[in-house]
Amino acid sequence: MTDQVPTLEVVDLATHFFTKAGIVKAVDGVSFSVGAGEVVGLVGESGSGKTVTGFSIVGLVDPPGKVVSGSIRLKGEDLVHANAERLREIRGNQVAMIFQDPMMTLNPVLRIDTQMIEAVRAHRELNRAAAREVARNALGQVGIPSPNERLKAYPHQLSGGMRQRVAIAIAFVNKPDLIIADEPTTALDVTIQAQIIHEAQTLCRQTGTALIWITHDLAVVAGLADRICVMYAGRIVEAGPSDDVLDRPMHPYTAGLIGSVPTHNKRGERLRQIPGMTPSLLNLPPGCAFRSRCANAQSNCQQTPDETTPFDGRRLRCHHPMTAIERQP
Amino acid sequence: MTTTADQDTEIAPTELAGQLQTPFRRFVSDFFESWVATVAFALFLVIVFGALFAPLISPQDPYDLAQVDVMESRLPPGSKSYQGYTFLLGTDGAGRDLFSAILYGLRISLSVGVVSGIIAMIIGSSVGLTAAYCGGRVEALIMRIVDLQLSFPAILIALMLLAVFGKGVDKIMIALVTVQWAYYARTVRSTAIVERQKEYVEAARCLGLSHKRVLFHHILPNCLAPLIVVVTVQTAHAIALEATLSFLGVGLPQTEPSLGLLISNGFEYMLSGRYWISFFPGIALLLTIVSINLVGDQLRDVLNPRLQR
Repeated sequence: MTDQVPTLEVVDLATHFFTKAGIVKAVDGVSFSVGAGEVVGLVGESGSGKTVTGFSIVGLVDPPGKVVSGSIRLKGEDLVHANAERLREIRGNQVAMIFQDPMMTLNPVLRIDTQMIEAVRAHRELNRAAAREVARNALGQVGIPSPNERLKAYPHQLSGGMRQRVAIAIAFVNKPDLIIADEPTTALDVTIQAQIIHEAQTLCRQTGTALIWITHDLAVVAGLADRICVMYAGRIVEAGPSDDVLDRPMHPYTAGLIGSVPTHNKRGERLRQIPGMTPSLLNLPPGCAFRSRCANAQSNCQQTPDETTPFDGRRLRCHHPMTAIERQP
Repeated sequence: MTTTADQDTEIAPTELAGQLQTPFRRFVSDFFESWVATVAFALFLVIVFGALFAPLISPQDPYDLAQVDVMESRLPPGSKSYQGYTFLLGTDGAGRDLFSAILYGLRISLSVGVVSGIIAMIIGSSVGLTAAYCGGRVEALIMRIVDLQLSFPAILIALMLLAVFGKGVDKIMIALVTVQWAYYARTVRSTAIVERQKEYVEAARCLGLSHKRVLFHHILPNCLAPLIVVVTVQTAHAIALEATLSFLGVGLPQTEPSLGLLISNGFEYMLSGRYWISFFPGIALLLTIVSINLVGDQLRDVLNPRLQR
């Protein structure tokens, strides 16, 4: 696995937004890689830079945002310096995206078949009938019953879960190497959520597609991801195999996230929460961005912690990692 | 097997509702809910049919000088012609049957209004879409040109252009398009800016579709509702403007009178009791514009999501 070229390799990616009020460092030195068939969970609060990381990979960061440094390699090919035409070929063909709100990602005035056929024909030389057949098979693959009728429907005639299945079918239709799923189950109810996750997982295993699952929901990644990257204020603060990270969190922020999940609390007990708010990414002072909310913070947290590797496969950015005793509830 | 069956029954009601209420059917039933709109639409259809089949309906070809007799000029409504038919609405100063002249005039008025409206819509909405999609300096430049254009009275620009170009159907169309494209550009831009922010545009870009495709195939169809309303209003405007220009004598040539020209031909006889020469073309123009405007009003109500019950 290690000597193979990973499907996606992101090294030291920095995406900044140059606003009138100052530079917003939305992503600041993010590194991770995803292998074929692997599922990586990108976890963090709103505004931690998860989505911007995703958009940076497909080259769709709109001005005033810009990828300022770092490298993104898709099967060894540099995406940061790729020209617009090449990026357009890659999008939807080698890298596909699934978005959060299935109500919004399908064009409300176009029928499902129109949108799917368009997605197929954007990258493959097929006539309409053949493209339609491909679309029909893709709908069948994501567990949509009677795909022929669904193809003729408008998005508003489908339920939320159905629409997200259609969005997943569109993402998989060109057999991409990598799919970036940006909180795809957040807007759905739990039963549908479980089905969608199952569907995505099966498809990835079958096709060997790498999957980046962006979410704030630890319960989702726990069951789905092979590895987890926890993001805070534009940086990855902790990364590692998902069971390992969830069972033995080392960064106080990860521990706080896990503690905030209601099931970890007893009935009647106050929910444990991380005090304070995510800091503004505008002119973030140097040092650990989490220190103002951290129980372990000490004076050396004023300096930015370097990335360390406490165990094999684990990465951490913290001066005072959690010990086993502190983790006891 | 059971799961498939379950899912099928679960979806059935949605599907049923979907078949009964396609967007178009809902739109049609909403539109004809108002009797005013229904009457206006029927009247508009009558006018359009009258104009389309003018050669079959009208007793006389007012453009054929051999059929027009100066001796029969300014006859009151109901007079008999030498050929034996009745001048239903009387005759004008050149001896033309007014009923025929109005039908032929409607043809010119409607075609000039509709064609220039469509050309202005194509130009204006392309420009507006480009402005909304590009943003930044391109948008600022385009929209300032639009502002500049809209700050002049339409009639003034049209008069200046016609004074330079001279008379003719093509020239008046150029003048109308020049005057009207800016309204379409502004409308489409404001809608497209809202649509551009929506996730489906991002999703379409993520599919690797070209800018042109995203713009015209994904954003434009979502801007159609306000565009349709502006089309109806501006077409009525174009017809009125053309009539005004013809009335002022800078529009169409005397040999092919539009409604405006017919009105202007008769207005010097108004005080001498020969009201019909101006009156009936005026009524025809009024009915045309009012019916289009009423249809446009109802379209606006039906297509406005905020007014939807």
